[in-house]
Amino acid sequence: MLEILGLLGNGFLVVFEPLNLALIIGGCALGLFIGAMPGLGSVNGVAILLPLTFLVPPTGAIIFLAAIYYGAMYGGAISSIMLGIPGASTAVATTFDGRPLAKQGLADKALTGAAVASFVGGSISVVLFTFFAPPLAHIALVFGAPEEFALMMLAFATFVGLGGDDIFKTVFSIAIGLVLSAVGFDIISGEPRLVLWDITGFLHGVNFLVLAIGIYGIGEMLWTVEENALAGGKSMLSEATVTIARTMSNLRELVGIWKTMLMGSILGYFVGILPAAGATPGSLMAYGIAKQISKDPDKFGQGAIEGVCAPEAANNAASTGSMLPMLTLGIPGSPTTAILLGGMVIWGLEPGPRLFTDHSEFVWGLIASLYAANLFAVIINIAFIPVFIQILKTPFTILAPIIFILCLIGGYAPTQSMHDVWLMISFGIVGYLMRKLDYPLAPAVLAIVLGPLAEPAMRQSLIISDGSFMIFFERTYAGPIMITALLLLFLPLFKIGYDRIRKK
Amino acid sequence: MLKTQHALTKMACTIGAGAILATMPLIGQAAWEPQKPVEFVVMAGKGGGADKAVRLIQSIIASEKMAPVPFTPVNKPGGSGAEALVHLNGKKGDNHTLMFTLNSFYTTPLRQPKLGIDITTFTPVARMAEDTFLLWVHSDRKDINNMADFAKAAKAKGKKWIMAGTGKNSEDNLLTDFLNTAYDLNMKYVPYKGGGKVAKELAGKNADSTVNNPSEQLGFYEAGTTKALASFTDKRLPLFPDAPTFKELGKDYVYYMQRTVVGAPGMSKEAAEYYQGLFKKVFNSKKWQGYRTKKSLQGDLLQGDALMSYWKKERDIHEVMLRNMGAIK
Repeated sequence: MLEILGLLGNGFLVVFEPLNLALIIGGCALGLFIGAMPGLGSVNGVAILLPLTFLVPPTGAIIFLAAIYYGAMYGGAISSIMLGIPGASTAVATTFDGRPLAKQGLADKALTGAAVASFVGGSISVVLFTFFAPPLAHIALVFGAPEEFALMMLAFATFVGLGGDDIFKTVFSIAIGLVLSAVGFDIISGEPRLVLWDITGFLHGVNFLVLAIGIYGIGEMLWTVEENALAGGKSMLSEATVTIARTMSNLRELVGIWKTMLMGSILGYFVGILPAAGATPGSLMAYGIAKQISKDPDKFGQGAIEGVCAPEAANNAASTGSMLPMLTLGIPGSPTTAILLGGMVIWGLEPGPRLFTDHSEFVWGLIASLYAANLFAVIINIAFIPVFIQILKTPFTILAPIIFILCLIGGYAPTQSMHDVWLMISFGIVGYLMRKLDYPLAPAVLAIVLGPLAEPAMRQSLIISDGSFMIFFERTYAGPIMITALLLLFLPLFKIGYDRIRKK
Repeated sequence: MLKTQHALTKMACTIGAGAILATMPLIGQAAWEPQKPVEFVVMAGKGGGADKAVRLIQSIIASEKMAPVPFTPVNKPGGSGAEALVHLNGKKGDNHTLMFTLNSFYTTPLRQPKLGIDITTFTPVARMAEDTFLLWVHSDRKDINNMADFAKAAKAKGKKWIMAGTGKNSEDNLLTDFLNTAYDLNMKYVPYKGGGKVAKELAGKNADSTVNNPSEQLGFYEAGTTKALASFTDKRLPLFPDAPTFKELGKDYVYYMQRTVVGAPGMSKEAAEYYQGLFKKVFNSKKWQGYRTKKSLQGDLLQGDALMSYWKKERDIHEVMLRNMGAIK
């Protein structure tokens, strides 16, 4: 314990070097912008800026990139709330309630909630990281395919009831998401599959962001255009103001939901440390659980502040968590940490079990920088809220084309192919029609995120077990997770049964 | 403080200079030089071995100011490289598109003839290295110290012995098939996404063995979690002097993974010469040589016609291997 504090102290000495401090602040601000730009996201931001980092020493370089990663987690919430377009895949769950809040003229509340929750999630996870890295690294290591599948089942289970009342429509929406997630290349059989109409663009699969920006960004805009036409050209977004009194009352309300934030933080952190899962499933699960444990679940989707805070706490916590397998095992916990790993190669460091002992200054400098980055990111974020609110006052006729262009850039950026842009526009139209017909869209998004993680894990497990499903129940970690998932899945049925018995 | 400002100014200048260079039109020069940023397609996803190498090359070119324009990596991992191949094939005569390839450069066109790719039409630029393969087991397996032990243990476990690898019909799969045939084993091949994940499965004891590249397994090797039993190379690797080659063990089998820069089909002669010169410089740079040593990479620089005949030879070898394992007819 004392030894850890000593090492952390040394880390802070590294952080307080003027160059490193400047890199943290610069990185946070840049990350905030990168995260707020739809489609740019931390993966692309870090990849683009990677070549610049050879100008500074390795510790400064990783601190800079980690600050960007961190800032982007904060920034992702901004466009989710303001425009209804997820800035990054990690911020999709934030749109579910952030957007309705903004429409009700409560954008300042949602933005403050997102910033505070991000800060809470970030802080809790960094403390967990500082003190419990080695035992958690061990869990990440023994977590195999059956455990991964069990975890994905748990994620699906937390989302039961997220759709509407019409079960058929919810299942339909999940099925569409799962089919889209299967498009592309199948590593298990080594063959391309579902390459629709033999278009080569489908070989890389359907990018999650293409679907999310399509149905949320473009779909939302079409929806608003229609509303505006009916309402005679009213502004797209109801006006919000920022005053000290309002901010204080917002903060007071946030204190009341500390449990939700704590849950999101811890959940996000643990999902984050598991290789390949990353922050997106973590934030979606946190949203699902927040709804399940809420006293008033019907409020979710209509503008519940818990629905903003839970995923935001989780995605920041997960981004810290995903650094753990990166540093200790040399394998990425998220797409962004995969790029950071590439960076470490350029700087001449070998990630892996020996990094903590061989390059202790580097590791502890990074950990200490996360404390600092967290603080700066929340300050910068809150300071900018009044600026963001101003954007909301832009007339719709000016805002709409800008959003449309942002959507197009967002669809193009991840893969740099026009195919994805056309696909995104099509999803926008389909999403709009589905919404008109009252199909829930969130289950489709959830399915396309979790599908590609769940499917190979299930098939790998079944190859190992020669087709026996018992493999998901026999193992130390997989068993309890799977049973919890099944219980959650059938909980609504029990509830219905219980209610009927009581009525009699 | 002064040092800080200096470093920040330097960073700002580089961003600025990069932007200016990128937009500056070419003003009457004798030798051919790229006039706009060069698209550097990676046949694999972000964060993998090929991607890391490309980002290292990008940083070498930029930091040593070897080219007047930036090189921008674009990942096209779709369809085991099929998407990247189709993309490059569609850029006939383009002088500003390069691709960094692996062995899927041979296997993907063989397995997907529908794509209509003929790799001999591509412009050979430079083979920067050949990556090596070794057979790995967990260090806790005290009973396994050589290939004879391995064969005995794997045989005893039959098809419960799990070999983790990257994707069906990939390089790892070819090597697993070789081992199964050569040592009369029945190991089960389980495909995972990426060499890092495979290394982790072994370290976490969810798999019994892997045939990873050293770069993928190095972290766990250095930590003493996994050990190498034998290598699929011509000579023993300097980093793993205790791992004999399969040749020494009486099995005539070597296998390498190319790390090669390819140009679009029909690239102009001047441009091809320019890139060959450029990548020769990159190859000889201290950073690339250091990376090669550290990751235990083999293979000399191959360029032009020599590289083309290497491709033809390797393609024929892969065709035979794929046919033997039933992946193609």
